[in-house]
Amino acid sequence: MAPSIGTSVPRVDGPAKVRGSARYVDDLVLPGMLHGATVRSDVARGRLLGVDLDPAFDWTGITVVTADDVPVNAVPLIENDQPVLAKDEIRHAYEPVALLACEDRLRLAQAMRHVTLRVAPLPPVLTIDDALAAREAIRGADNVIKRYRITKGRGGAAVESCEVVVRGVYETGWQEHVYIEPNGMVAWWDGDTARVEGSLQCPYYVQKGIKGVFGLPDEGVDVTQAVTGGGFGGKEEYPTLVALHALLLARKSGRPVKLVYGRQEDVEASTKRHPSRVEIASGCDRDGTLRAVSVRVLFDGGAYVTLTPVVLSRGALHACGAYRWEDVTVEALAVATNTPPNGAFRGFGAPQTVWAIERHLDRVARTLGVDPVTLKRKNLLRLGDTTATGQTLKESVGVEECVEKALEASGYLEKRARGPIVTGRTARGIGAAVFLHGAGFTGSGEKYLKGKVAVDLLPGGRARVRTASTDIGQGTETVFRQIAADGLGIGVEDVDFAVPSTANVPDSGPTVASRTVMVVGSIVDAAARELRARLEAEETACGATRSAAWERLAADPARATSLVQYEPPPGVVWDDATYSGDAYPAYGWACDVAEVEVDLDTFETKVTGFWAAVDVGRVINPTLCAGQVEGGTLQAIGWALTEKLVTKDGKILNPRMTNYIVPTSLDAPPFTTTLVEAAYSRGPGGAKGVGELPMDGGAPAVAAAIEHATGLVLDRVPMLPEDLFEASVKGGAR
Amino acid sequence: MSVTLTVNGSLLTLEAPPAARLLDVLRERLGLTGTKEGCGEGECGACTVLLDGVPVNACLVAFGQCDGREVTTVEGLGSTAHLTPLQEAMVTEGGAQCGICTPGMLLSAEALLRERPRPTEPEIREAIAGNVCRCTGYQRIVNAVSEAAKKREALP
Repeated sequence: MAPSIGTSVPRVDGPAKVRGSARYVDDLVLPGMLHGATVRSDVARGRLLGVDLDPAFDWTGITVVTADDVPVNAVPLIENDQPVLAKDEIRHAYEPVALLACEDRLRLAQAMRHVTLRVAPLPPVLTIDDALAAREAIRGADNVIKRYRITKGRGGAAVESCEVVVRGVYETGWQEHVYIEPNGMVAWWDGDTARVEGSLQCPYYVQKGIKGVFGLPDEGVDVTQAVTGGGFGGKEEYPTLVALHALLLARKSGRPVKLVYGRQEDVEASTKRHPSRVEIASGCDRDGTLRAVSVRVLFDGGAYVTLTPVVLSRGALHACGAYRWEDVTVEALAVATNTPPNGAFRGFGAPQTVWAIERHLDRVARTLGVDPVTLKRKNLLRLGDTTATGQTLKESVGVEECVEKALEASGYLEKRARGPIVTGRTARGIGAAVFLHGAGFTGSGEKYLKGKVAVDLLPGGRARVRTASTDIGQGTETVFRQIAADGLGIGVEDVDFAVPSTANVPDSGPTVASRTVMVVGSIVDAAARELRARLEAEETACGATRSAAWERLAADPARATSLVQYEPPPGVVWDDATYSGDAYPAYGWACDVAEVEVDLDTFETKVTGFWAAVDVGRVINPTLCAGQVEGGTLQAIGWALTEKLVTKDGKILNPRMTNYIVPTSLDAPPFTTTLVEAAYSRGPGGAKGVGELPMDGGAPAVAAAIEHATGLVLDRVPMLPEDLFEASVKGGAR
Repeated sequence: MSVTLTVNGSLLTLEAPPAARLLDVLRERLGLTGTKEGCGEGECGACTVLLDGVPVNACLVAFGQCDGREVTTVEGLGSTAHLTPLQEAMVTEGGAQCGICTPGMLLSAEALLRERPRPTEPEIREAIAGNVCRCTGYQRIVNAVSEAAKKREALP
């Protein structure tokens, strides 16, 4: 059987998707089902004095749920600080306060208008600076959610004794996921068993939330993923809240409930990418050898902790970029504000700090009078080098090849040498970014998680993969089949993929952190290989053919299944106390080159070409892999150029696709993607992670290209025409 | 009001309020859930269907406007046994990831290919500009439409 890994097996869930027969949550209808809706606060901070139902309205047939109906009113996550429904305190402008359900959606909409919240407003904390000033304390005395400190060598103080010292401040705004399918769940109670099905990335996160709030055992909760219309991290932790709300309504009404958000509600209430400010001081030699760096990372966590500590950690761990530094200090701090909680979003903290360090090195290059890529290449991490946390890179560092390939494919060097081209009112320029992304959970995460995978032999020579890793469009269903097929030595068409449901699949961990292929895929591989060994032993023991051995094992429940738990790679050591050691088992590496045209009259930027060379280790499925790279890159371009959430008094002024602008086919450049394969010995077939890496480089590459085209230096995303104009007026072009 | 229309080749008469959204009639009355709702205000294009061959956002079409007209949804492309060359190319070229924009995308592309059997890349990008995809970066959708055009030409 020819190996399947490395071939572009067509997406297995593709035919159902192109026929329109794939069933997403809003396509599910249960008998007697009610529709649910969420009553939310409309001030950013205050005391909740009461929830009033208009006595003049006919409430017949409408179920109403408030905080009093919630058994344990805290969403279980890192800290249990977020109420399922607000009881006394309003901490952001879209805080859920009450829930309504009704069979008729028109009546439901009418009822929503007859609920009044009595709130005594308090002064809100709305920005990182407000939070740091701590005139209003909304979390502890100092509003700080989490701090980290990373040091290496003599620390960041060594910057001051360097020959060339450069300082800069870099900022990023919110980003909304805009998965095209908004959040949604259907929920019902089967006696004492809670059942939900919906749009989600992590079935076991939702299960944990339900267990905690309703006091149920594992077997009392069944969470099933429906076909999911995009996630990008936005359906990592948030769906737990949607599931809890739907279940509360279902419990009180005694009926199944569907709770599907409209677009506006989804933009307003769901998590977003953390806004950031990163302050960097670096020191280097006059010849451009980087020596020391001091980085201060500030993230706005929003109203509740959600996953902020972990996002901040990843941000801190990527703050020194893909470069060698002898002396390092990274101080990272996340603060609480009265804005909707920020949470997981593809890249998970790294895009903010990679933006900062890449823009900073562009600034250093300007100071030294060299091309940024020359400076970056000179200082790239290589095999044997140590990162800021003291991790020695022992294998799978393909970054130099990525730089080479991306520069070559794009003609970067010739185009830079030629200088910007101005034709009429259009200025054309080119820029690059070099970056890395840690694959898998940070530090000791995988060790504590102990992900498990099952592979079953089925009658008829078929096999089935059971994991909690969801396919949210990235191709899990297909690549896991490929990995299992190769492990077993059978064809991809003979492998099934079990629908992720907590009743049927072991907990392989959440679908996050670029861990699906590298970590969970490696367990799939191990389970498949174990079964293959069993088959071979059975053949020998019984003198049977492979297919006879297969049928014998498949018929024996004690031997048909291989359940394998993740084994952390030996020699990977991480110390949470000192924040040092092997932060990630392996890194993806990449170089992005963007070419832009800037309209010198309107200051609009159009990306006209994009070349990405990415080292993701062995590529399981080239078409799906390149699709991840291109899609992630376009999200980064959107973040860079158009996606701006505008807020006033903690409320979002543009919570719709009409005015929060994500790129269309006309905004997207043609992509040229080169896959570099520096194999990682512990990944399945040598694979690393791919999902998040492409989110990190697009913005700094575009900014460098704008700078090349116009001389305008932008240190904040998004870079709207107004920002370019302002830079031209304030700073003047360099 | 009573509206008589053709949906995917079948002539139907339905009672619904004139201002009912075509999207809801298709999804809830006819069970044609392949047409998706992404924003409800004509921005994302996930609910694109063909109305007399022209792509429209079904969330913005009042059902009362559909009398005597012909609606094509994703369920009207291909057959249970066979995918059309466009559907096929969408899968093999990697034009569908999460799939939620795919039905609408297919209908915009189908309308283009009926008008322009050999579209250029800019024409393809223009034709699908009303269909937002957050997964692919569009390159592979554009490739799929190009491939489908070639395959359609080769058909007898």
